[in-house]
Amino acid sequence: MFCQLFLFNVLHTKFKKMKFQLKNIVAVLFMALALISCSDNDDSTTVNELDGLTKFQEMTNTTHTIELYSHTGVLVQGYNEVKLRIKDNATNQYIKNATVSWMPVMHMAMMNHSCPNSEVEKITTEGTLYEGYIMFQMAQNDTEYWDLKIDYSIDGVDYTTTSVIDVPASAKRTVNTFTGTDGVKYLVAYVEPHHPSVALNDMKVGVWKMQDMMTFPVVDGYTLKIDPRMPSMGNHSSPNNVHATQTSTGELYNGKLSLTMTGYWKINLQLAKPDGTIVKGEEITDTVTASSIFFEIEF
Amino acid sequence: MKKLVVFFLSLSFGFTFSQETDSLKIKELKEVIVVGTKSQLHEKQSKTLASVDEFLQKSTKVDLIKRGAYAWEPIINGMTTERTVITIDGMRIFGACTDKMDPVTSYVEVSNLSEATISSGQQGTCHGNTIGGAINLKRSQGKFANKGWDFTLNSGFETNNKQKIIGSSINFADSLFYIDTDVMFRDAENYKAGNNQEISFSQFRKLNLSTISGFRFSNNKIIEASIIYDKATDVGYPALPMDVSLAEALITSLKFDYKPISNRIDNWETKLYYNTITHTMDDTKRPNVPIHMDMPGWSDTYGIYSKVNGRLNKHDYMVNLNGFYNRSVAEMTMYPSDPNENLMFMYTWPDVQTIYSGIYLEDNWLINCHSNLKFTISLGMHSNNVASDFGMQSLQIFYPELEASKSRFLKSISTNYSYDKNGLQFGGGFGYGERAPSVSEGYGFYLFNSFDNFDYIGNPNLKNEQSLEANVFLGFKNSKWQAKITTSYFHINNYIIGIPDLSVAPMTIGANGIKIYTALDHATIWSNDLIFNYFIHDNWTWKGQFLYNIGRDNKNEGLPFMSPFNYLTSITFNQLKWDAEIILKGNTTQTEYNTFYGEDRTPDYAVINCNLGYKFNFEKTKIKLNTGVENIFDIKYTTYTDWNNIPRMGRNIFLNLMVQF
Repeated sequence: MFCQLFLFNVLHTKFKKMKFQLKNIVAVLFMALALISCSDNDDSTTVNELDGLTKFQEMTNTTHTIELYSHTGVLVQGYNEVKLRIKDNATNQYIKNATVSWMPVMHMAMMNHSCPNSEVEKITTEGTLYEGYIMFQMAQNDTEYWDLKIDYSIDGVDYTTTSVIDVPASAKRTVNTFTGTDGVKYLVAYVEPHHPSVALNDMKVGVWKMQDMMTFPVVDGYTLKIDPRMPSMGNHSSPNNVHATQTSTGELYNGKLSLTMTGYWKINLQLAKPDGTIVKGEEITDTVTASSIFFEIEF
Repeated sequence: MKKLVVFFLSLSFGFTFSQETDSLKIKELKEVIVVGTKSQLHEKQSKTLASVDEFLQKSTKVDLIKRGAYAWEPIINGMTTERTVITIDGMRIFGACTDKMDPVTSYVEVSNLSEATISSGQQGTCHGNTIGGAINLKRSQGKFANKGWDFTLNSGFETNNKQKIIGSSINFADSLFYIDTDVMFRDAENYKAGNNQEISFSQFRKLNLSTISGFRFSNNKIIEASIIYDKATDVGYPALPMDVSLAEALITSLKFDYKPISNRIDNWETKLYYNTITHTMDDTKRPNVPIHMDMPGWSDTYGIYSKVNGRLNKHDYMVNLNGFYNRSVAEMTMYPSDPNENLMFMYTWPDVQTIYSGIYLEDNWLINCHSNLKFTISLGMHSNNVASDFGMQSLQIFYPELEASKSRFLKSISTNYSYDKNGLQFGGGFGYGERAPSVSEGYGFYLFNSFDNFDYIGNPNLKNEQSLEANVFLGFKNSKWQAKITTSYFHINNYIIGIPDLSVAPMTIGANGIKIYTALDHATIWSNDLIFNYFIHDNWTWKGQFLYNIGRDNKNEGLPFMSPFNYLTSITFNQLKWDAEIILKGNTTQTEYNTFYGEDRTPDYAVINCNLGYKFNFEKTKIKLNTGVENIFDIKYTTYTDWNNIPRMGRNIFLNLMVQF
């Protein structure tokens, strides 16, 4: 941008002075050359991998400092994409070859439990960032808190660090935890769109089940039916929504969320097994205006 | 000047249509209705300060859809705004309301206009592509004559809705320069239907200012500038769920007129124009609104045309090169009852930009003194572009593959023959024409239509609507009688109309469902009218006009807004100072209706109107007084064009006074 502005100025003065056709051509050639060199410069600058990310916490042990990043700069109840990098305290270099895993734990009065979370993976081989997701199904409160334990190994040596993390409640409902008609305890969370618009939005949700207090695997092959409604305007719906399904096992679910105007939308949900049995949620009719499981968005 | 000559000719013979039908001239299928307060012919008007809509209603080709007392929507041959072209002196103007509450005719005033030319079907393509026909409203304009100053005062009152009309004009002319300015203000309260039933939210207030000025900078070159400013406030639409707090238009143009000294070119007229409209709907005064909403709309148009008229041997020709750019935006903001909740916002017209450029050619071949053959051809490039990303993404909910731009090539061709000898007139013709979908039809997003109670969604994939048309007329006249029967038949392919889509739920609270603009394979419209005049005695004339339209969709079911058998008969008395008229009008029961398109059976009605006019000169001052009673028997009635069967005005006594000095 600056480069172009500069060029424009140069050209401007050039044109002012210009008297002959030849000079014109020279100027144009000069401009072309300058442009090429400009774009070369653009290419050579490395993409900043931290673009759009904000650090929200550092976890330090004697050897390393782990920097935690997210797009919003906070963690919140619900689905969180978390990125991290590991700095060697001695060299101030970021480690590119670590193997990382994490374990978020909720400390309650009577018990501890974890939450759905992914493997931690390197984003690019050249880069320094590792990423994964954590879905906090509940928020902290005065007496109960979350901490995050990160285990990592570098060149065969194992390290660990644990810190308390801040997980406040979300303003709108983004998580549903429930026991299905099949007796299984399910967790359903809203993932995307981050910034909903009046459009047919690509939608991502996550569906997990609680295997035990510490294990929350992804549920495969189900369908999360969506029915967005505007309760403030006669509970009208929107057209051409696509229920969320998985493209491959272990993954998040993808659907299409149609929002015909801005405002407050309640996305009513029904969770269906592969055979079509609804394990939770109600269809919206004239008499049933909301499902027992739903997400909320407002924009 | 020509008009004046025509007028005097008609007076002297006493038998042409222009006299006997009260300022209605008929030439082939074209009608010219004299409108306005300043026209030379105004003295023939029975109600000088009637609205533009009331003047247009005199034509058999035109009817008006009424959503209240104000801003009636003209329909030609039973076809609404999308299928017609309404221009002001050739200028394209597009209403800014998604619900058609502001037809072009609502932004002018009788004080601005001198006449309205109504063309049926493909004969109206001079200023744009049309299916049903065209209305060109002709601006009143001064003459280069050494008249000096001239002042007019207009004042009127109508008892039914306490409408107060006041206006004035100040004109100046000399041989090189003229300027006409006028102002007119109307203020009306709720009107009362028959049996004294008050129609709530039928009030309106309208202010109209205009000026037109010409300068002759050489013998054959004229430059003329015109401005119309129109502002309507507090307009009630009793048939709709919303009113209008503001409808404002600025209509400007600059015209160059050149009359070359040539045998081949009579006149070369070039005009640049710009108009901008702001339209704000308002429901804050309505009780029990389920959700309050704001619905503003804007429409800006820039245009140009260059028109050459001339004669080559026996051919009167016209070439009109024209183009316009229009930008239409409309939005809707809904206010949830919980004030902490975000506002609900959408674009109902997603900033649709339309660019049109075209050429129109006309050749009127005077075969001999009593017959002529007319050819017209019009070719144009029409393109739409959705400029708002927000609006584009909204529409992509329905049309994921939608592209922002779409271009169309529009063609029209017609030929008409007419013969006139020894009192026998006949003629007929064929035409083919196309039109592009309107902004609402192409790109509308949840437009609520209270007529059928559906939300409408535009369809950008619509094909051009194509009309094949045939028309015939036959007339005769002798010393006692004059009569003319006209019939036009339209076979319209890809007929655009809303068709319910059960898979989509409506947005508007209480709506029946969603309709998507869809092209029916075909539809047909057959429009028929008969006019006669019987000359009873020196000053007495008996007149009648009858109209019947039939519309059928591809399933042979009725199309909306087709006139049942409609009649008007009157006896007029005309004398130098006095004129009087008694009119009976009505229609039979509407049996051809289709509930699928939101219509219901409208019962028959008949009303009687009468009016009386007197004019006199007091020294140099001319005074004209008109009074009359409309709907004398205070009948409560509604017609097929009344939106949601809103009853029409009951007994109304009007008084119009015009003083010229």
